[in-house]
Amino acid sequence: MIDTLFIGLSVGSILLLVALGLAITYGVMGVINMAHGELVMVGAYTTVMSGIWLHTGFLIAIPIAFVVTALVGLMIERIVVRRLYGRILDTLLATWGIGILIQQAVRLEFGLSFFGIHIEGLGPGLQNVTIPETLQGAISIGGVEINAYRTFIILVTGVFTLITWFILFRTPIGTQVRAIIRNRQMAAACGVDVERVNAMTFAFGSGLAGVAGVMMSGFKTVFPDMGTPMVVDGFLVVVAGGVGSLLGSVLSAGMLGEINGVVASITNDIVARAVVFGVVILIIIAKPKGLFSFKER
Amino acid sequence: MAIDRRKFLKTTGLVGAAGALATPDFFIRSAQGADAIHVGVLFSLTGGLSIIEKSLADATMMAISEINAVGGVKGMKIEAIIEDGASDPKTYNEKASKLVIQDRVPTVFGSYTSASRKAVLPVFEKRNNLYFYPTYYEGFECSKNVVYTGAVPNQQLSNFIPWVIKTLGKKKFFIVGSNYIYPREMAKVSKILIEKSGGEWIADEYLELGDSEWGSMVNKIKSSGCDVVLSNVVGDSVVAFYREFKNQGLTHDKLPICATVTSEIEIAAMGAEYAVGSYTSFPYFQAIDTDINKAFVERYRKFVKDPKAVTHHALESSYFQVFLWKQAVEKASAITPTAIRDAVKGQEFNAPNGHVKIEPENLHTWLTPRIAQWLPNGQGKIVDEYKAPIKPLPYVAYGETDDNLFCTSKGLDTSKLKKT
Repeated sequence: MIDTLFIGLSVGSILLLVALGLAITYGVMGVINMAHGELVMVGAYTTVMSGIWLHTGFLIAIPIAFVVTALVGLMIERIVVRRLYGRILDTLLATWGIGILIQQAVRLEFGLSFFGIHIEGLGPGLQNVTIPETLQGAISIGGVEINAYRTFIILVTGVFTLITWFILFRTPIGTQVRAIIRNRQMAAACGVDVERVNAMTFAFGSGLAGVAGVMMSGFKTVFPDMGTPMVVDGFLVVVAGGVGSLLGSVLSAGMLGEINGVVASITNDIVARAVVFGVVILIIIAKPKGLFSFKER
Repeated sequence: MAIDRRKFLKTTGLVGAAGALATPDFFIRSAQGADAIHVGVLFSLTGGLSIIEKSLADATMMAISEINAVGGVKGMKIEAIIEDGASDPKTYNEKASKLVIQDRVPTVFGSYTSASRKAVLPVFEKRNNLYFYPTYYEGFECSKNVVYTGAVPNQQLSNFIPWVIKTLGKKKFFIVGSNYIYPREMAKVSKILIEKSGGEWIADEYLELGDSEWGSMVNKIKSSGCDVVLSNVVGDSVVAFYREFKNQGLTHDKLPICATVTSEIEIAAMGAEYAVGSYTSFPYFQAIDTDINKAFVERYRKFVKDPKAVTHHALESSYFQVFLWKQAVEKASAITPTAIRDAVKGQEFNAPNGHVKIEPENLHTWLTPRIAQWLPNGQGKIVDEYKAPIKPLPYVAYGETDDNLFCTSKGLDTSKLKKT
């Protein structure tokens, strides 16, 4: 039973890690960032590349990936998203296109493969990321074998959720961000530099996607399409939890993870996936704004 | 949301196809020669399956360039018309029609997944054209218009399961796979063989294709009391599976994973430390210790300009099937699909995996079953191999035997199928 709950918790933490960045960009900016999965992929490739070219370990890759994807995110915001505020469908299309561009850039090695140049670590193939010995295998606590890597993911997710919470609720910029979530025009009228805050929020959300990418690289396969299915799971969490609510995302990720874990152990994974989708549909029907949502004032 | 994504996926395919036109391969097409024989090469160069299919296309192109370097076929150069299946069966069908109807090629080499093969099959059967399919697959197909050069279930399992039971002494099988036709058919054959060899199977479980959340499944394996895992898991889920397996404290020396799909590519991606000690059954491994294979690996690495590139079963079949085709064209009275098809029957070739031969009755290929155990360097150590190639039996799950073929040159004998 502990095994099952642990797996549920772990599935939930992976969901949350991907959804955290989405929850922020969607919640604050009202931007549906379809390229979020590709930012996760960029984070994973940063891990691969830093391992090959800088010989840095897996753990060092976390801050590197955060910075790299945050910069990519900032670029996307500055070049495209900024011009499309308030046009949800257009941003959706534009970010989807950006996602394809990023995928192809990695697959075609930034176009160099046309000239027969191969950069190690890029290209259409599967990439390998070496995990430190200590994170492989299981650790035994009180007779229960606990998966070391999953424990690590749970910890990392916890840390980044706390950082996000701290920034949102305990810093001046966080106050501005929350003001924008509640009412963008009013915040702007009160002197909040909405453009600047938006840019920083988008960069931070993208950075979180990069961290998720590092964690995924040690867990799943690294290849150009890896991010696409993750963005679906991410949106499930955000939509079920309530747009713009950090607590909502945490709870809905935990809940969907546990449902997945428990149902999978009783029946099988295929049914579990269907049940998760079913639950999300029910939530949306019963509470169209998600479990936790703010009233706009 | 979901509907929008699907619409976009289609557009992605189009964008991808446009991208493929820009590759240098395009120049091959525009270089029209007077004395040339055109063939179609149809693999996914974009999309999720491009990871593996690109390597199959490369191997095909390498064989074509090698044949051209020594004078081509009947004095004619082979010119490949390359199309991109874009990891989408519908695109496969459209491109196959284009190759057959517009370009009028007498043969197309292509496909990795069964889904893409099934999608192009009507095109080749209706137009009586010829398709060369290089991948191991689930069998249960009997077409006069397809030459199958990959393994069928009896060539991967009939050696494997008795060996696991006798040599490894394992009796309780946990069968796990991706949720689609290939793993399910493989499981069917496995169960017959397990029961025949005196073992038992205690579970038969599936995970969605491309899903990589293995926590619950591995937990089930752990508590099931099995002593061996038979894996028909496909694609990128393989990597997540082996990692989760080790991360939950399971080891291959106590509870080995015996796989039918895990190849050099997946091992390289997951990191060999996760697979050390596990087994795979394939007719070809990169580690086959013959001069012909070593030279093949060397040439392939040079061809794709990647000194670390790995070779695998479907890749090797993509390579040698072009040579079988060349021999058939040389023997054929005319360069038409039917003449080539008739001439390919019984063709033999010394491939990197050893001697191969096209079975005249069912157009599948005689291959040598091998079992390898994975080493820390990511290569297989061949622990068991047959002395000679064995006959392909695409209907083995339904009771087909060497002396009682269901699929013959006359077509499929459906009455035999019904009896079982």
